[in-house]
Amino acid sequence: MSDTAERPTSNTPHYVNAAPWDPYVSEKLTAEQEKYYMAGQWKLMWWRFRRHRPAVVSAAFLALMYFSCLISEWIAPYDLQTRHIKSIFAPPQAVHLFHEGRFLGPFVYAQKMTRDMDTLQRVYTEDLGNPQPLRFFCRGESYQFWGVIPGSFHLVCPAEDGTFFLLGTDRLGRDMFSRIVYAARISLTIGVIGITLSFTLALILGGLAGYYGGWVDMIVQRLTEILKSFPHLPLWLALSAALPVTWSPLLVYFGITLILALLDWPSLGRAVRSKLLSLREEDYAMAAQMMGAKPGRIIGRHLLPGFMSHLIASATLSIPSMILAETALSFLGLGLRPPITSWGVLLNEATDINVVAVNWWLMLPVVPVILVILAYQFMGDGMRDAADPYA
Amino acid sequence: MLNYVIRRLLIMVPTLFVISLLVYVIIDLPPGDCVTSQIDELLSRGDPDALRRADELRHLYGLDQDLLIRYFRWIGGVFRWDFGLSCQDTVPVRDLIGERLALTMVMESCTILFIWTVSFIIGVYAATHQYQLGDYVASFIGFIGLAVPNFLLALVLLYVGKVYFGLSIGGLMDPEFIDKPFSWGKFWSVAQHLVIPVIVIGTSGTAGMIRRLRANLLDELQKQYVVTGRAKGLPPLKLLIKYPLRHAINPFVADIGHLLPEVISGSVIVSVVLSLPTTGPMLLGALKTQDVNLAATFLLFVAVLTVIGMLVSDLLLAALDPRIRFGATSEK
Repeated sequence: MSDTAERPTSNTPHYVNAAPWDPYVSEKLTAEQEKYYMAGQWKLMWWRFRRHRPAVVSAAFLALMYFSCLISEWIAPYDLQTRHIKSIFAPPQAVHLFHEGRFLGPFVYAQKMTRDMDTLQRVYTEDLGNPQPLRFFCRGESYQFWGVIPGSFHLVCPAEDGTFFLLGTDRLGRDMFSRIVYAARISLTIGVIGITLSFTLALILGGLAGYYGGWVDMIVQRLTEILKSFPHLPLWLALSAALPVTWSPLLVYFGITLILALLDWPSLGRAVRSKLLSLREEDYAMAAQMMGAKPGRIIGRHLLPGFMSHLIASATLSIPSMILAETALSFLGLGLRPPITSWGVLLNEATDINVVAVNWWLMLPVVPVILVILAYQFMGDGMRDAADPYA
Repeated sequence: MLNYVIRRLLIMVPTLFVISLLVYVIIDLPPGDCVTSQIDELLSRGDPDALRRADELRHLYGLDQDLLIRYFRWIGGVFRWDFGLSCQDTVPVRDLIGERLALTMVMESCTILFIWTVSFIIGVYAATHQYQLGDYVASFIGFIGLAVPNFLLALVLLYVGKVYFGLSIGGLMDPEFIDKPFSWGKFWSVAQHLVIPVIVIGTSGTAGMIRRLRANLLDELQKQYVVTGRAKGLPPLKLLIKYPLRHAINPFVADIGHLLPEVISGSVIVSVVLSLPTTGPMLLGALKTQDVNLAATFLLFVAVLTVIGMLVSDLLLAALDPRIRFGATSEK
């Protein structure tokens, strides 16, 4: 460098901006975009799930149902086993608001039973002169809350020395509505517990098969093939017929759940296996192996999270079939036994065509079955769509 | 291709063996045996030689022997078309199951045909008329089929059929044809009685099929070759049948594998409700009374049917899809 060039003589102030240069200055992210790009995987999934209307409604519905299981004792006006000898096979009592043109609040008319002397059937008629206002947030039949805490609080009770059979009564005069409410506890949990078991089985067996390959894979593959190729219902029947009669109903409940899970895991296990087969070839799995991570850690910590969302979605989609299976087994009399009551056990009373013809309300437990299954189906669909938020 | 068939046939043997052993052991698992309940009844009547008779019966049925010995005796007999004695009335199982098995097979094949035809028509219609009324109706039917328990549908249809259409149901034929040789009258009567069970068993399978066919066909219909074909002026029907449908039909055949177990499961419960003279009610009874030979024979037949069905579906698929025919079978 020579000094021939003229140095600037004037003292123009040289301005330097101290702030760091922002390379994205031309394409500024809006706050919304920023939020989107910074969001984690699960957050993205939640956003995506939220867009799926039926799924959200279904999820809310299911949440409500499961919540009702927590407070069945409050919701049901009667106990599971309370018998009303004077109202056997009573039809549902309609809730009215106006009595002779006068607003009375929600009430039911008392039922009068007479016998049809030709058919010997009980005939119930509404006694229009005798309205019985319902009581709300009231003290009614006493119960053991969750079998432990004694109490008598109900959300709805019949009038003093009146009756309130929203959905009629069964052959022993037990209130159907209360029974359906209590049965929800069993029917709803059996699906969830069953799927948890089958999920665990699928993770372990599918994980082993997919990660190790070789003869482990071979055995698990054959096992899934056999289990998948065999019709489930006869096998379920055989297995539940094998549960000893001497078992307590609670043990039978867990036995049935286990049986449902035993036949359910293959399809999930297959999904786990095929995903693991492809993922274990990824560089990061290799890296983990090089660093000395044990197989359990590699599978659980590095590989599984990559497709956990898919698994959960497909597991959700197989809950309905479990609930249906339990219903079918109990309906055939090989499932749960009273006093454990599920919707299937209730439907067991509706085996006869005469029931359909005369006491149609005994079939009402099927309504919650259908609703819950549809809700799970829609929610599962929504979850499956949301499971891959980057797609 | 031949290799493929032989390999499939070879896999069938151990599968059937494992299933039959498993089933036999499971049925025998609970304490007591089929003699127990009969003897209890005799005892309660105060029969003095009940216990002696129990030993006699146990000896007759071979129940005094080891489980494994009994199993191998039974499975050995199967090859000679001899399935041992049923516990109920000391009759050979063979005499009990003949007609029931035949009727079951008739019913199940009808159901599968029903599922195919109905879901094919509805599925194609729903896919070509996406987001129109027909599509929504189809989806609705599908969801109902999915969510309503089979047995309930059976009960309701039984009632509706009886009251509104005067269909005599319950059983698979009019009483006057029972135990009669084949005649057209009998055939017609059976056909009439088959309608409701077939519809009921079919609905759940149909629902799944419609959904899958619709989804597959929709995927294909969006592809560029369809657009090209349309742009070139191919008649819509020809365009549909000749190209996209051929792609979409693949899973249809592949699904027999899933369909068959489903149909068999469904038929058991439906025939119990409708008291059809098929294998279902008898199987249920045999399981409840621990009639091992009878129940195991039924279950073995179910397994054989299923495995053969799977084989047929795989072969059809291989015939239809060259990708499967030429290797690439090991994975997937």
